[in-house]
Amino acid sequence: MKVSLNWLRKYVDVDLNIDDLADALTMVGLEVEAFSDRYDYLNSVVIGRIVEISPHPNADKLKLCFVDVGSNTIPVVCGAPNVKKDILAPCALPGTRLPKGTILEKSVIHGEVSEGMLCSEIELGLGANSDGIMELDRNLSVGDPLNQALGLSDFAIEIDLTPNRPDCLSIIGTAREIAGIQKTKVKYPEVRLPESFDDITNLTSVTIMDPDLCPRYAASLVFDVTVGESPFWLQDRLISVGLKPINNIVDITNFVMMETGQPLHAFDFDRLAENRIVVRTAKKGETLTTLDGKERQLDPEMLMICDGEKPVAIGGVMGGLYSEIEDSTTRILLESAYFDPVCIRKTSKKTGLNTDASHRFERGVDPDVTITALNRATQLIAEIGGGKLIKDAIDEYPNPIPDRIIHLSVKALNRRLGTRLDAIEIANYLKSIEFGVEIIDDDKLQVAPPSCRVDISRFEDIVEETARLYGYNNIETTYPLIPADHRQPLRKIDVRDRIKGLMIGLGFVEAINYSFISKLSCDRLELEPDDPRRHMVDILNPLSEDQSVMRTSLIPGLLETMNYNISVQNRNLKLFEIGNVFYNTGQEDSQPDEVEMLSCLWTGARVDSVWFSKEIKCDFYDLKGVVEELLMSMGIVNTLFTSMPPESCFYTKPGYSARIFVENDLIGLVGEIHPKVLHNYDLKQTAFIFELNFDQLTTLMPDTKSAQPIPKFPATSRDITLIINKNIEAFKILKGVENLDEELVENIYLFDVFEGDPIPAGKKSISVRITYRSSNETLEDDKVNHIHKNITDRLIEKFDATVPAE
Amino acid sequence: MEKSIEQIKEEALKELEAASDSESIKDISVRYLGRKGAVTRFLRNISNLPLEIKPEAGKKANETKKTLEALFNKALKQFETSSYEVSGEIDVSLPGRAIHQGSLHPITQITHQICNIFIRLGFDVAEGPEVETDYYNFEALNIPKNHPARDMQDTFYISKNIVLRTHTSPTQPRIMEKQKPPVRIVAPGKVYRCDSDLTHTPMFHQVEGLLVDENVSFGDLKGILTTFVHQMFDEETSLRFRPSFFPFTEPSAEVDIRCVMCKGKGCRVCSNTGWLEVLGAGMVHPAVFENVGYNTTRYTGFAFGMGVERIAMLQYGIDDIRKCFENDLRFLRQF
Repeated sequence: MKVSLNWLRKYVDVDLNIDDLADALTMVGLEVEAFSDRYDYLNSVVIGRIVEISPHPNADKLKLCFVDVGSNTIPVVCGAPNVKKDILAPCALPGTRLPKGTILEKSVIHGEVSEGMLCSEIELGLGANSDGIMELDRNLSVGDPLNQALGLSDFAIEIDLTPNRPDCLSIIGTAREIAGIQKTKVKYPEVRLPESFDDITNLTSVTIMDPDLCPRYAASLVFDVTVGESPFWLQDRLISVGLKPINNIVDITNFVMMETGQPLHAFDFDRLAENRIVVRTAKKGETLTTLDGKERQLDPEMLMICDGEKPVAIGGVMGGLYSEIEDSTTRILLESAYFDPVCIRKTSKKTGLNTDASHRFERGVDPDVTITALNRATQLIAEIGGGKLIKDAIDEYPNPIPDRIIHLSVKALNRRLGTRLDAIEIANYLKSIEFGVEIIDDDKLQVAPPSCRVDISRFEDIVEETARLYGYNNIETTYPLIPADHRQPLRKIDVRDRIKGLMIGLGFVEAINYSFISKLSCDRLELEPDDPRRHMVDILNPLSEDQSVMRTSLIPGLLETMNYNISVQNRNLKLFEIGNVFYNTGQEDSQPDEVEMLSCLWTGARVDSVWFSKEIKCDFYDLKGVVEELLMSMGIVNTLFTSMPPESCFYTKPGYSARIFVENDLIGLVGEIHPKVLHNYDLKQTAFIFELNFDQLTTLMPDTKSAQPIPKFPATSRDITLIINKNIEAFKILKGVENLDEELVENIYLFDVFEGDPIPAGKKSISVRITYRSSNETLEDDKVNHIHKNITDRLIEKFDATVPAE
Repeated sequence: MEKSIEQIKEEALKELEAASDSESIKDISVRYLGRKGAVTRFLRNISNLPLEIKPEAGKKANETKKTLEALFNKALKQFETSSYEVSGEIDVSLPGRAIHQGSLHPITQITHQICNIFIRLGFDVAEGPEVETDYYNFEALNIPKNHPARDMQDTFYISKNIVLRTHTSPTQPRIMEKQKPPVRIVAPGKVYRCDSDLTHTPMFHQVEGLLVDENVSFGDLKGILTTFVHQMFDEETSLRFRPSFFPFTEPSAEVDIRCVMCKGKGCRVCSNTGWLEVLGAGMVHPAVFENVGYNTTRYTGFAFGMGVERIAMLQYGIDDIRKCFENDLRFLRQF
């Protein structure tokens, strides 16, 4: 909200300079975002003396003046009738931004150079006079900036109000806070109603059909009004807080709203059917064309101000076009009401209309200011619009909102704040912002918040009021006593940190992608129609189509990240991400299943082109090695990689991907991205990915580690080379040895695979090294040879293998 | 009279100079310093010398012995080293074979830093779901439906009662429902708001904090957050607490720190105010306690929350929040 310092000064003496005032307001909770002198543009408008006048050679109505602007004398072309030699007048210099928005420049007018502009009041935003240039007091000194010379200064202060402080959505409300800071008092404007005629009850009536939604409705009538432009002071006040002057009647309602915080509405009384007001909810199918010219569909939850027949305004939100004040209007019904905040908010949301009125009503206006504001506006209309006031206002207030009394314990307040304030100090702080306070005893206070403070309802609210006036920074800094007992840390946090540490040790960079992805991601991943990852969670109000569903896989994010990086020439990427994916459970209006995943992408080089090596591209086995090392480092053993069955993963390349099992649990996959998917993501280089279910890893990772004895006796090893069918997986040979369950076999290690001459077509040779060790003796060659031969024979038999000729 | 010690030394040095391998040095060494060597014999005979020259001669002889010993050893070492001599050299200026470490995302690193400070202060770490119910995200936190406070956070909706959490605060009621006081937790995590511009991304990270016990005061809140800021930034960083509004705390405060860039002089980062808003905080509103069944007269507590990106941007001098989620390798590798 924007307030004007000069306007504030009408209601409170401000002792502080602008910097201190801004700081003090911020420190009581009215955060000042910015302030600036709204007359700053007058810095480059100086007092000029017209030293010479001659007719403009090319234009009859213009004159060519030479103006002494202090530092020098400049030529100025001027058309004002009152320009005279030797008078002082404001002269705007090039660069000046005039209130209407134009920026003055040096120019050539009909062939004559003009280096400034002699200005009228209206051009400078200093008055309504547009008849000629402003004639200034002869005692002013030439060359002085106009704002200094005339003492013009008014700070526009921008305050970022929190939603709990509707009481400060007005100049008086802000003045009340300043009075509280300065321990002074607010000077409220005096309302003197002019002489009135007739009796309002003979002319109109107000019927509230729904007092819950409209607890109070007041109205007054002013007849014989002349609608026209507002006087300058009124326009200037509105401009100073960023409002646009419209006509005197509307300007007055806006002025009073800014002054008191009470939104008002003026109706053309003659446009109200049966000349009366009915406050009711809308009927189904009713419509209203609002002031902005739009036809609104109304619904039964909306509160309407109606005449004898139809809605004429959306209560507390916006008036109707038909009954608006026009130049021809002479008889006015002025409304001042208190509406239910929730009702106004709902209507405002539904209609998308957020007006100055709805902004205030939905936060809560002062229910006691209704009549004061109405009278203030009525008085101004009678004064400015020249009307005739009808006697007495109507004030329908069937169920008055009760006053609040809050009991306060000094001890409890000090305990909550950590202060040592006594009852009198607390009472003084509260009284300074117009709270009623009765001190019962040393510990007990009875507090009555003013009606404008709709946010105050309980003890803790009073604590905050006291604290903010005492000053948060004056509250002593203390430390809570924290016992040394501690809960077991969350296991998944430990595991996550461990995995992240391992992944960066393995050379991977952590990425964080958005949790929302494009709805098209499933298609881009070529997922089957019945793939569970298609059960996505839709966002009702996404920012864009690209971020319209919650992800069910981390892969789309990683592929998009890859695409982005390649576009900026980062072609070698080792990325990982740990994050949640979200599965729609299919149940309406319920939370999705959140599953935490670890995914990883490797693309480009394993070894860069360097002085000792050519570039080597990464491949499946690089990433498989990462998975193996990761799982082993976590202490997860018994892992198994099996060829991905065809038709079970469509975003990895068939024949180049594997499922990962631990014991019998499927925990993820590793593989090369399918060329079609690469194409879908506009990627020209291949990539390898793995996905592991983090939640499963957390369960599988053993809690403890147990030390194994270091072998006492040396090991000995023997090699076997077998020629087997090409399609037998290497893993089966290793497993084959393992399954023989020879207790002296310590380790099996695959060190060569070979196809091609001299190995016959359809076959491959595979070489493994078996390490033998006994825990209680040094093994003798004979014994090892015997076992080794046995193993070899059994493998030959089992895999229908041959051994190479010696 | 036998040879003087000087003569012996001179001869020994001459022989040493002529020696061409380590064997001959060892031989010379034996002949002079061995048990029957010339120097040894000379030393042994000193006792026969007249009393007046005995001390001087003994001293000289011992010095000679030491000198020769050192010279023989040195010569020996030279020959031994030269027998392992290698030819050629490598270009040590060639780059080493790179072993690249990966790196943690800056948000992860800052989250760790924040949580670790509170862990040292005796807090536990908790987590909660990212897709929340309207109840936990709003109502349990004293933000009723149709309350203007809902405008403080632009919410992504999944359905009528399901939202992407707009803050980590729903962890507060979730924890309190499960755990009796005392409660001391911090809860980091992702949060979502439909807002996207230079300073906002629709997803970002927060760390929530909650401490509930008997006799917890606003002064204690100031203490904990002062310690936090001093550890996160430095001991010189001053703080300011100013009144604000959060429906789930009363009194509520915004916590500003002296601008870490300009130290309070005023700069672009702090919009010339000299202060940076880094935390929201306050004493837990009794309505929140009532919602979880805590005794509001017995217990008080405070809560606070902070944006991780904001702190990361200050700590690392990141100028555009969107860089945090672009995942440009050139950005990520800097941390």
